[in-house]
Amino acid sequence: MKENHNPNHPPGSGAETPEEISRRKFFRDISLIVGGCTALGLAVPAVGFIFAPLTRRAPNVWRTVGKVEAFKIGETVDVHYEDASPVPWAGVTARTAAWLRRETADQFVAFAINCTHLGCPVRWLPQARLFMCPCHGGVFYENGAVAAGPPERPLTRYPVRVVNGEVQIETAPVPIMT
Amino acid sequence: MIRRTLKRAWDWLDDRVGFTETFGPMVTHLVPRGARWWYVFGSATLLAFMIQVLTGVALAFSYIPSTAHAYETLQFITNQAPLGHFLRALHYYGASAMVLMVGLHMAQVFLFGAYKYPREMTWITGVLMLGFVLVMGFTGQLLRWDQTGVWSVIVAAEQVGRVPLIGDWLARFTLGGDTVGGATLSRFFAFHVFIMPAMVFAFVGIHLLGVLRHGISPPPKPGEFVSRKTYKQEYAEHIKKDGVPFWPDSAWRDVVFGAAMAGSIVILALAFGPPELGKPPDPSLIDAYPRPDWYLLWYFAVLALLPKGTETLFMVFGPMLVGLWLIAVPFISRRGERSPLRRPWAWAAVLLVVMMISTLWVAGARSRWSPNFNVQSLPEKIVGTSSGPVAAGAQLFYMKGCLNCHLIQNEGGHRGPDLTSIGAQRTKEQLVLTILGGRGNMPAYANNLTPEELNAITAFLESRGSQVGKPR
Ligand code: FES
Repeated sequence: MKENHNPNHPPGSGAETPEEISRRKFFRDISLIVGGCTALGLAVPAVGFIFAPLTRRAPNVWRTVGKVEAFKIGETVDVHYEDASPVPWAGVTARTAAWLRRETADQFVAFAINCTHLGCPVRWLPQARLFMCPCHGGVFYENGAVAAGPPERPLTRYPVRVVNGEVQIETAPVPIMT
Repeated sequence: MIRRTLKRAWDWLDDRVGFTETFGPMVTHLVPRGARWWYVFGSATLLAFMIQVLTGVALAFSYIPSTAHAYETLQFITNQAPLGHFLRALHYYGASAMVLMVGLHMAQVFLFGAYKYPREMTWITGVLMLGFVLVMGFTGQLLRWDQTGVWSVIVAAEQVGRVPLIGDWLARFTLGGDTVGGATLSRFFAFHVFIMPAMVFAFVGIHLLGVLRHGISPPPKPGEFVSRKTYKQEYAEHIKKDGVPFWPDSAWRDVVFGAAMAGSIVILALAFGPPELGKPPDPSLIDAYPRPDWYLLWYFAVLALLPKGTETLFMVFGPMLVGLWLIAVPFISRRGERSPLRRPWAWAAVLLVVMMISTLWVAGARSRWSPNFNVQSLPEKIVGTSSGPVAAGAQLFYMKGCLNCHLIQNEGGHRGPDLTSIGAQRTKEQLVLTILGGRGNMPAYANNLTPEELNAITAFLESRGSQVGKPR
């Protein structure tokens, strides 16, 4: 039993009775258990609070980006809209954008502006018909396929629909290439 | 009289609190006499950290960590608040000094073999603090919360997103949700001002405990070996014979060097001011050009230059391996020589790291892999004519984006090869083939050029070379 004693507080003369020894052991154990439980009890809500929102996904919603007539066939333009969770203190960060192209009279495609390498915003060069990334030189063809640079996957596409003459894009998380 | 009163007051306070009794032995602990100017970088790092705490706390009096307001408060601090401009600059150059001093301190400890037995834990806590400092640097750059700040968050999320299995989850943790938004900035603020500094405080404590427990390692002499059996005794004898109290015999150098560093920070802050605030943090503004602050610019270059296909592996395991290797250093080379004169490999390692980082740093600053988005169509002086297919081709060369990546007589981008004299190097057929089919990092233009346009561009390219005096 003796080796269980805390070396910093060596028991007095070594003449403790077995009751004293077991009392000491009891105090030690109870302190560790009560202290540990208290710490755990406080840590769970704190850590839980930090991580809990991550288990909830913002529902995707359709955002109107303009009237169908506002877009010329064959043209690719950047459209701006609000993301799915525009809390009041988000300010301008709640805004998001996509590259939208009207392919035919009633067909649209929308690309994420995020490069599939590390997420930088790609720019559309209308004459070159290429998307170019300012970060590490990624280039994509007009259909989103990789043309050059480090990206390995084509540009992410967002769902688009036309409702009552309005073009709508479905909000989506920042595309993360896992 | 006043002196006596003050002395009495101090004695009273000291008796009740016990400053001298507790800290006296610490500040006067014996250090080797030969510990000269080489040994000042650690205390300088600590001083830089203190400057960061001081200036950071002051900034926090005005900064609002809200995604909607942070940018405005920063503008207020920079442009309106008295001394705000200077304070931001101090915080920035303080951070730079801290990164620099950590690097110097580490290099010195490594070269002097001071990480060896029995100071392994002092080295390991130092390595962990290097990590904390870099995290603080990165999160601090984000708190500027301008356009670059927002895109840096996204780039960071994409990087952690590559971690197998939990990547998606880590990315969401970084962003504070699905996108950059209301929750994003608050978490970086919490990391930057609470969690990381608290970690640094804690680990500085452990680090200094190690320093006090094992003493400062004497400057190494060639031929003096570290052996587990004898080291502690040898050190005790050495310090008894040749030690001087840290305060003030040795500390004055730390004070002088620290003051010089602080002075340089002030001068830099006055001369150059704080880093500029970019455009507002609106993720829908596409014209962004995100670049990290200088201390991470080299890593930005790494991300651009990694061979395709190895990235995920590198991004995830690279930093992990570097960290593990650094932690393993005192276990790999634990005994033996400490003198840098007898350890050429230590020099080689330090030189290699310095060279690698500076080369990458230059590459990052130039970022030649990025298309140049600020190009203008080529002037007649360069084209050589203002009409005909060559002139039309030059115009197309600009419009079709070729000039964004290729140079013609120093105009254009650096992404692809310089085409100033391409006409002298390639036949028409070769040119057509490359333009239509692409090549390596060159996109294929088959779907994007009419036969006339193709003819004009090749005519223009063929004419390159004759101008620079190389006959075809
Ligand atoms: S983020 Fe686009 S190339 Fe790296």
